[in-house]
Parts: sequence; C-alpha cells; structure tokens
Amino acid sequence: MHIHKYEKWWLVFGCATLVAFLVILAIGAFHNGTHPNEGKITVDYENVDSIKPFDNPGVHKVEGKEWDYEVVLVASAFSYNPNEIEVPLGSVVKFYATTRDVIHGFEIAQTNINMMLEPGYVSEYVAEMNKAGEYLIVCNEYCGTGHTYMYGTLKVVDENAQNN
Amino acid sequence: MHKTIDEYGKVEEKETALVEKEEKSPSMKQKLTASFIRVDGKDAKLAMAHMYVAFIALLLGGLAGLLQVLVRSGEFTLPLGIKIGYYQVLTVHGILLALILTTFFIMGFQIASISRTAGAFTNVQRKIGWTGFWLMLVGTAAAAAMVLLNKATVLYTFYAPLKAHWIFYLGLALVVVGSWLLCIMQILKYYRWKKENKGQTSPLLTYMAVVNSILWITCSLGVAVEVLFQLLPWSLGLVERVDILLSRTLFWYFGHALVYFWLLPAYMAWYVVVPKVIGGHIFSDALARLSFILFLLFSFPVGIHHQLTEPGIEGFWKFVQVVLTFFVVIPSLMTAFSLFATFEMRGRELGGKGVLGWFKNLPWGDARFLVPFIGMVAFIPGGAGGIVNASYQMNQLVHNTIWVTGHFHLTVATAVALTFFGVAFWLIPHLTGRTLTPKLNYLGNVSGILWGIGMLIMSLSMHLAGLLGAPRRSEYSTYGGAEMAYDWIPYQIAQAVGGTILFIAILVIMYIVVQLIWFAPKGEEEFPVATVAPGAEKTPAILENFKIWGVILVALIVFAYTMPIIDIISNSPAGSKGFMPW
Repeated sequence: MHIHKYEKWWLVFGCATLVAFLVILAIGAFHNGTHPNEGKITVDYENVDSIKPFDNPGVHKVEGKEWDYEVVLVASAFSYNPNEIEVPLGSVVKFYATTRDVIHGFEIAQTNINMMLEPGYVSEYVAEMNKAGEYLIVCNEYCGTGHTYMYGTLKVVDENAQNN
Repeated sequence: MHKTIDEYGKVEEKETALVEKEEKSPSMKQKLTASFIRVDGKDAKLAMAHMYVAFIALLLGGLAGLLQVLVRSGEFTLPLGIKIGYYQVLTVHGILLALILTTFFIMGFQIASISRTAGAFTNVQRKIGWTGFWLMLVGTAAAAAMVLLNKATVLYTFYAPLKAHWIFYLGLALVVVGSWLLCIMQILKYYRWKKENKGQTSPLLTYMAVVNSILWITCSLGVAVEVLFQLLPWSLGLVERVDILLSRTLFWYFGHALVYFWLLPAYMAWYVVVPKVIGGHIFSDALARLSFILFLLFSFPVGIHHQLTEPGIEGFWKFVQVVLTFFVVIPSLMTAFSLFATFEMRGRELGGKGVLGWFKNLPWGDARFLVPFIGMVAFIPGGAGGIVNASYQMNQLVHNTIWVTGHFHLTVATAVALTFFGVAFWLIPHLTGRTLTPKLNYLGNVSGILWGIGMLIMSLSMHLAGLLGAPRRSEYSTYGGAEMAYDWIPYQIAQAVGGTILFIAILVIMYIVVQLIWFAPKGEEEFPVATVAPGAEKTPAILENFKIWGVILVALIVFAYTMPIIDIISNSPAGSKGFMPW
C-alpha cells in the first residue's frame, strides 16, 4: 500500500503529538493523582438518611486527614442538602455526595468539581479551595421538571480579608 | 440538457446561467453531457421512503430546537395553548434529529450507494429492506406517541431510573431491529457481489456502506441488551429494579460508536462523492478503506469516556479507554490529508499556482461541493473540542455543560448534517428522476451558508457559556439570582439568534427538498462516484478480510470492557426502582 511521503510526515507528526499529549494526561493522573470522581462506596439509596455519613449532611471540620473539611451532601429531586456550603480559603475539602432518587449532577460552576451522582453510589472528590468567591452549584443532569430549581452555593471565604 | 431547459420555458436565461456555471465548475459540464449509471428503480423507491421520513424529522426536530433556544433565552415562554413542556420538546428534538433523521437518511443513502456501485438488490434482499423500513417507522411512531403524551420525557438518552412507558422502549427496540434488517440487506448484497466477482476489489462505496452496517449492528447490540433485558422488563413491571451503572455503560458502549455511525456516511461522501463533484479522483482507495477499518475498530473500546465523572468505574479503566479514544486521531488525520490532497491536486490541474492559489479554482458555486465543504471546516473545531471532552481530567470542567452541546452541534449537526444535505441535493433528484436546477443549486448554497453562520453563533456561544459553567439540558433559569448564572444569559440570547438562523436554513432546505421530490424539471441527475487516479496500485486484499478485522474488533472490546463490567456487576448496589419526576 502506497503512502505519500508528505502523508507519512503528517502522520508521524500527528502521532508524536498524540503520544506527548497522552503522556501529559497520564502524568497528571497517575503521578499527580488528578483523577475525576471514581467513588467506590455503595449505599442503599432508599435509606441514605440513616446511613453514615449521610445521616448528618453538612460541612464538617476534620483532623488528621489529608483534607481539612468534609462536605457530606445528599441530592434529591429537586434540591441539595446542604444547600449552602461555606469553607475557608486555602482549605482542602473532600466531598461525599449521593442521591436519594434519580441521577443528578453536582457541578460547581467554573471549577473542576463536577461529578455524576447515581443512586446506590457515593461520589467523592478532593479539591483545594484556592480562590475566594461565591460559586454556583448546579445540577447538570436532567432529573425532571424541577431540574433548574436544583442549585446551591459554595462560599470560599477569605478569613484574613474579613478580619481586616 | 436541452430538454431540461425546454421544460423551463426560459431558454435564454437558463442557458446563460448554465454557461456561467460551466465556467465556474468544469465538473458541471461533465455532469450535463454524460449519461449516468442510475440506481435501480425499485431500490430508488426504498431509498426515497427513507428520505421522506428523514426530512420530516428534520423539520419537526428543527422546530423543537427553535422552541428550545427561544425559551432558554429567557425572552419567550411556550405559548399557553401548547400543553407541552420544555423537556418534552427537548426529548423530541434529540430523538428526531439524533436518532431518526440520521438513521433513516443513512440507511437510504447506503442502499442507494450500494445499488449504484454494486448493482441492484435482489427481490429477497429488498423485501428484507422494506420490512426493516416499516419496523423502524412503526417503532418511531410508537416512541413518538409516548413522548407526545408526556409518558416518556426522558430525553434521547433515556437514563434510568427515569422510567418511560414500556411502549416507548418497545418503539426504540423496533427501530433498532428494523435497522438491523436494513444492514443485513446490505451485507447480503456485498457477499453476493464478492461471490459473483471473485478476486476483485469491491466498489469503494459499497465497502464503506458495509463497514458502517457492521459498525451499526455491533454498537446497537449494546443498547438492544439495555432496552430488551433491562428497561423493557422493568417498565412492564416484570422486574422491580434495574442496575443503573450497567445500563449506562451499555448505553455508552452504543452511544459513542453511534457518533461514528453518523460520521462514516459523511466520510463516504467526502472520500468518494466530493472528489467526483470537483472533477478529481480518489486520493487512495486503500487508505480510504484502511481509515474506515480503523474507525470501526476504535469506535468501540471507548464508550467509558462519556462516564469519566461517574462513580463505580475504576480510574485506571477510564484512562485506558481515554487512550483508545484518541486512536481515532490517526484515521482522522488520514482523512484530512486525503481530502485536502484531492482538493489541491484538482485545483492545480485547473491551473492554480502558488502555495494556496489552487484553492480558488475549486467549484465554490456548486452546492454539492460547497455545502459539505462548510461541514468539513466545522469538523476542525469540532474535533478539537472533542479532544478536550475526552481528556480525562479536563472533562471535569466541561462535563454536562452546554459546551458539550456546542461540540456535537459542530460535529453531527454541522459536519454530518451539511454533508447529508449536500448529498440530498443530488441524491433525491437522482432517485426521483428530476434535476437540481441552477436556482435550487443557488438556494442550496444559501442554506449551507445560513447554516454555517447560524451555527457559528450558536455553537460558539454554547462553548463559551459552557466554560462559564452553564449546564446543558436545562430550561431558562436565573438560579436564584446567582451572579454566575447572570453571566450566561447574553450567551443564551446569542444561542437563540443562531438557532433562529438555523431554523430559517432548515426552511430553505425543506423548500429545496420538496422541489426536488415533486416539482423540479424531469431529467437525469448524476450520482457522482469518483474513481482512483490512473495508475494507482491495487488495494491490498486484507482490507476486505472481515474475519481478521472482526477478531481484532472483538478482542479490543473484550479487553476494554471485561474488567469494568465485572467490577460493575460484582460491586453493584441494589438496583433502582423507576421514577417519573416530570
């Protein structure tokens, strides 16, 4: 099969770029540990309210872990509990989230916190709160008529600025 | 030619128009003087049956799209008389355009392509085809009825545990089974041709249609298993619960290959039809076949890249499928090279000089070239956006935002759709025994340019709003007055402007199609099929050895899916009951 000289160059160049690109993604994922949500814990979605940690949704300060706060969140048609999350600037936060009914999205707009919440599964993500501000949390998976009423707020508060 | 003009009754005017056209496009001259191989009359009837459904779907689906962009701009609400909700309209839009328009058009086009290049189908094959067509049509009607009755407002991805009426799932199953019969019809014809022409290379268009048929059967097996074994028994109440993650994984095993099922017929036109339209040759028969085989192989072990932000699937296996996803870069680069090489060679043949001088010699006034060409251009940013979507970590920034909607409106709704329209402009008159007149050709160009402008505005603003976090598949909302949501609104208004222009383009296209079916002057319209350049090497026989490719395909699927599926099943929580929150 004849392949034109320029086409060979074109393909070699393209494939080399591709390999470089994939290596960068792999370093990010496996060396720096930047995996998207891959939560492995399962729960009984019909009884989440009585199962730890979802029996106590909210923002919890923790000690001795790789993160400073845990946000435990339960989604249901059409709301989040808690609906408002407040954490200090610079803190590392671990999110645990699940749903009581259909599939919901948990997206904090303009950040890379973006997970699917599926019945029976706990979605998890660790993120550093490195930019102060008020972020909109939206459900980005169609969940029924009230889909767009499903939102919340994440406040990343610069405590030093407040004290001043 | 003269007969055509006589029927017009405006001899002089038309002759000038044609002469102008001949100067612009030398291929037009060939088109008007040669006598063409025609698609068999009975096959043409079957192909046309698909075209009617496809273009009705375009009009209704497009109307649904228009309503959506208007509502989401925040400036309009659905009129009170219409007792139909935003998500119902969205379901109609997705199903009619992504599933019905595409599947019907593709089957019609492939049947015509095979009949044109490998000869007429046998009566038995044609019967199988008609059975498939009617099954698909009945299925479509059943599913559509449930959507209109608000019993199936589950969008075109119908993710469980949203539970639609069982007739909706049954309708979808009929569409899939019907499409299998149509694919079997094509594959049977191919093997008959091979038997009758031992040792010869099959016609390229036939080969491509067969590869796409194999792709479709292989991919729709996933959604068939999901619908027949999970959703249908569940919606009938035979089983109480359904495994959500498994159903989604089966769906996306299907769902990503689906996009290549849309794309490959467009590639058929790009590789074989467009070169003939511009008066050139196929760049390389072997490379065209190789790229189709590579698309077939790399359509499948990749579906999990749609599930990167989901729980329950190991990051390692997500990453494996991300890597495999990017292998399609190779046939994509091959295709881009071939197309532009064909264009350049033809442009130079016509006297184009300098690095880019050949570019202006292409037949820009010919809708059969210009309209698909606009599609090709849209595919460049479309592909680039796709790289972002599939890039593991980067996916988190855009997943389920309206960026994704912007992405596939460039790929399927521009690159593929415009190519299909460009094909319809000659295929429909070819099948109905009419001609694409200069006036209709001109309107064809207008529709393509309108589409390009409308989509540029709509898709760009979707991409930008998506980067700012705006979710896809969402009604207009101010999200409690949140500042971030406020920033999305100007982009939503821009989407409405772009969407309105697109709807105008659809009206123009519908006008052309109606003319080409019933009113355009009778005559012969060419079904353009390019040949390889003289002196080209023979195509290696291995490219037609589907046993080998089949084994590799199965091996890739087994490799990419065995561990994730075992994980999903063995770690699965209790299944979900159904919900109808609409």
